[in-house]
Amino acid sequence: MLLIHCPYCGEDRPELEFRHAGEAHVVRPDPISEISDEEFEAYFFIRDNPKGLTYERWRHMHGCARFFNAVRDTVSDKFVTTYKAGNPKVEIERGEDGIARVKGDGQ
Amino acid sequence: MAEAVATRTSPLDGLIAGSVGVAIAQAAPAHRISLRVGADGIPALNKALGLDLPTEPKKSVTAKSGRMALWLGPDEWLVIDEKGDPMADVAGVDAFFSVVDVSHRNTAIKVAGRGARATLEAGCPQDVTDDAFPIGACSRTVMGKIEIVLMRTDANAYRIECWRSFAEYAFEFLSDAAHDCMA
Repeated sequence: MLLIHCPYCGEDRPELEFRHAGEAHVVRPDPISEISDEEFEAYFFIRDNPKGLTYERWRHMHGCARFFNAVRDTVSDKFVTTYKAGNPKVEIERGEDGIARVKGDGQ
Repeated sequence: MAEAVATRTSPLDGLIAGSVGVAIAQAAPAHRISLRVGADGIPALNKALGLDLPTEPKKSVTAKSGRMALWLGPDEWLVIDEKGDPMADVAGVDAFFSVVDVSHRNTAIKVAGRGARATLEAGCPQDVTDDAFPIGACSRTVMGKIEIVLMRTDANAYRIECWRSFAEYAFEFLSDAAHDCMA
């Protein structure tokens, strides 16, 4: 079974306890009442859906119930890292071996 | 005219299950509260409840009175008490917190014996080996198709809290798993 690291529980937990919760770092326009329909569409409906590394929100639904952010490779389904909600976007780099890691983490 | 008498019943009244290595039975009725409070309010609630709410993941605390507080999330606890009512104790506390009486939402099943862990592992994907889940550890997790709150009460004993409407499913699931627990 896939194990996912919950940054609030501080350990790897089985994937069955988690729920995917959409793209991460989507910023709500402020003031939202003054944006155009096109801007609202872009904010509300349009998502990246990349092949490769993606930033996502996940929720430890059947555990501590917290939302957190994760970086996942959509090709290998491997989680690169997870971090608490509200924290800045973690930078990821792909090493010469092709494996994605948190920037500065080295091997 | 006959006098109407309301009798409280438990969803698992009278049920007993198990096998050579494990005994499965319902736990005694208990008061339960779901407690949400930030770090600022913890000291006041500790005083009112008569225990120190655990602040680390998967930790539980059992007071001398038998009252238990289980860490469920960074600001969430489940308090279980088979005697006193924790709802009454926190009612007058002057702090910013939220509390809901869930005594009748939950019911609990006790699983005990040499085969208890194997019985549990039939449906719970979490690591419940000694290092990862020592005595006193607790966690919200899943078992089969339902969400449970699992607590290890002794070396070979677990308490499984589940929603009342799922109690029959949980009991049947554990009963089936018990047959193979010593294999």
